[in-house]
This record gives sequence, structure tokens and C-alpha cells, in this order.
Amino acid sequence: MSKNHVTVPTGAALRVKALETLLEEKGLIDSAQLDTLVDQYETKVGPRNGARVVAKAWADPAFRKRLLADATAAVAELGYGGPEGGHLVAVENTPKVHNLVVCTLCSCYPWPVLGLPPVWYKSFAYRSRAVRDPRGVLKEFGVEVPSKVEVRVWDSSAEQRYLVIPQRPKGTERMSEEQLASLVTRDSMIGVGLVKAR
Amino acid sequence: MNGVHDMGGMDGFGPVIVEPDEPVFHAEWETRMYGIAMNLARQFRNVDEFRHAIERIPAPTYLASGYYERWLNAMMTLLVEKGKVSREELAACGAAPVDPIQPANAYTGDSPKVRRHRARFRPGDRVVARNINPTGHTRLPRYVRGKHAVIERDWGEYVFADSNAHNAGERRQHVYSVRFDARELWGKDAPRSDTLRIDLWEDYLEADEANAKGSKRKQR
Repeated sequence: MSKNHVTVPTGAALRVKALETLLEEKGLIDSAQLDTLVDQYETKVGPRNGARVVAKAWADPAFRKRLLADATAAVAELGYGGPEGGHLVAVENTPKVHNLVVCTLCSCYPWPVLGLPPVWYKSFAYRSRAVRDPRGVLKEFGVEVPSKVEVRVWDSSAEQRYLVIPQRPKGTERMSEEQLASLVTRDSMIGVGLVKAR
Repeated sequence: MNGVHDMGGMDGFGPVIVEPDEPVFHAEWETRMYGIAMNLARQFRNVDEFRHAIERIPAPTYLASGYYERWLNAMMTLLVEKGKVSREELAACGAAPVDPIQPANAYTGDSPKVRRHRARFRPGDRVVARNINPTGHTRLPRYVRGKHAVIERDWGEYVFADSNAHNAGERRQHVYSVRFDARELWGKDAPRSDTLRIDLWEDYLEADEANAKGSKRKQR
């Protein structure tokens, strides 16, 4: 459990259970359908999707071009889409620009390619500081961006959901797409991590 | 509304703490809450009114709650307001609803209902984010209000969150990726190299007439 939030009262479990029971009695929810919805994001959709997208962009210049032009259509080629992914935008890290994604007003996040957001992304500390002190936040993640490089923060305030394409590390020229995908971390696709060749 | 949810630029929340190998859900109740919210989402609410219901959680409760607890409180607010269940039923079953800090007021913005489809701005245009303080829902955070920026990209037309959250019509309009220099937002101590991009609806923006010189924009 995250330490930067106040401890969740044990009451939450009882309250949710009470609500679910009431809604089911009223016929407003269907528990079976609920299980399917949950399973989708608990086991099927997660950052491995995004990693495949990034690896393909690194390995296939034509795909990279399509991804940068229209990420929603490009990730659909790999079978990814759905809620919080209707307007995906891929932003590419280069030797001159380092991208960092946040949602200061809530916790908007590109679900189809990264799954549900981690607690730190939803934390008040990240939401408040990523826009004002991105370099300080990056340092806490172990990422030091040189002063000549532009740090470009994206505050996801409307329908667009952002996926960072991290820089491909040196020494990976001979790797297959699958091997490349195994290097790509969730954090690197939010912009708080760099991809290392291992 | 100028709620605590509008956190960009605030101090006082400490460092960002990362949990290694974090599970998708931390407890069974989070899993169920997620499922309930997604299930109900398909039935009767739009995402903007759900966000606004989260914003209407009293500030002390908002700050003391985790993510899915905020979902719980907001969902109960909407269930009551839409007449799906009563507050008394929720209290009687032990769900302990939290009263919102304000009702889902009527939309009071000045966005015209019938809009022209043509974009008012083009990439390269200099703009200012309006200094507005709506008491209802808005996706214009405080930290950009009154600040100068440049239109980077036109994303096309989207439903206007501010009116849609209050069921006051879609008022579809262009949304732009807008570029602010870090120094414009945070002062001269911010690195000269750094920028921020945020997606803003057309009604949040005014032409920056004072700085129009140097802009590629032609008089229209």
C-alpha cells in the first residue's frame, strides 16, 4: 500500500460490499458482467501492450510513422483499443526532447496500452509536482535530464491520452521485436523512466 | 470549480512514492468498486459528470481518500441525484454516503449552444488562457489561467466538458494542444528550455492581441 496517501479506512470494504448488494437487489448491476470487466484489466490489458507498440515503432519505421501520425489507428493494428483510448497520441523522446505525462485534474491515462494507472501516478504528489517541478520529480525516479534537453510536460486535460515512445537504447540493434519489448518498462512510457539495454 | 482536485503546482504532498511490483488492485473492494463504476458508467452517466461528482466530494474527505474511495463517494452521489437509489437506502445498507459539498448546479458558462464548426485558431497563433472561475465543472486548471501560450495543434471538435458535466448540451468545439513556456507558468526560476502542453477547448482561449506581432496568423 502506498505510504503517501492517508491509510484507507477499513470501512471502504464494507461500504463497497453494501453498495454492490443494494445495486444488485435493484437490478442495476449484474455481478457476472462485473467479473468480466474486472478481469479484462486485472489480467489482460497492461503495459505489455504498450511495450509491444514501442518495440514495433523502434523496429519498423513505417509503423513508427503511422503511430506518430495517428496512434489510435496504429495501436488498433495490434488489436488494442477501448475505454480511455479513443484518442491516443504517441510522443517521441529524442536527444533534444524528453516527454513526461501527467493528469493534474484527475488521473487520465492511456488504458488500452498501459492498463490501469499505478498509485503513484494518481497520487497528489505526482499530480501537483509534475507540472511545476518535472525535473525534480524525474530525479526522484532516477532520471537526470541534461539542461540542454527540453522537458516537455503533457497535462492530459481533455480526451487525448498520451504514450511516450522512449529512446531506443544503444546496443539493441540486433534484437528482435519481442526482445525489444521485454526491455520497455511502464515508467518509460509515462516518461519517468529510461529504457536500458540490460 | 476551484477545488482541491485542481492540484497542478501545489506544494505540500511530499515526494512521489513508488511501490515496486504494484498489483493492479490492492484489495478486493477496489476490484469490486472498479467493476461497479464501469458497469454503471455504461448505463447512466457521462464521464464529465462523474468527474464533477468526484470534485464535489468535500475537500477534507477528498484528501483523506484513496482513488477508488473517491469513486465510491462520487458514484453514490450520482446514484442519488439521478434517482436510482435514495440517500436513506444507502445509509440503511451501510454504504455510508458522503454528501457532496454542492449540488450539481446548472451550467452557467457563456459557451454558445450553436457553434460554428470552423476553428477560431490555427497552429502558431498566440493565445491567452482565459481567467475564468466557474463554480461548476471545468477542465481549465488554475495554473494556466491568464497565461500566454501558442497553439500547437488542432485536435478537432469535441464535446465541451464544462457543459456536458451539467447535461447542458454538447457545445462541441475545437480542442487544441496549447504550448506554454515553463517560465510563463512558474516564473524566471523555471528552466528556459522547458515547456508544457495541455489540451484546451476553444472557449478557454482568447487571441493574444498584444503579442499578435510575430504570429503567423493573418487577420480574418
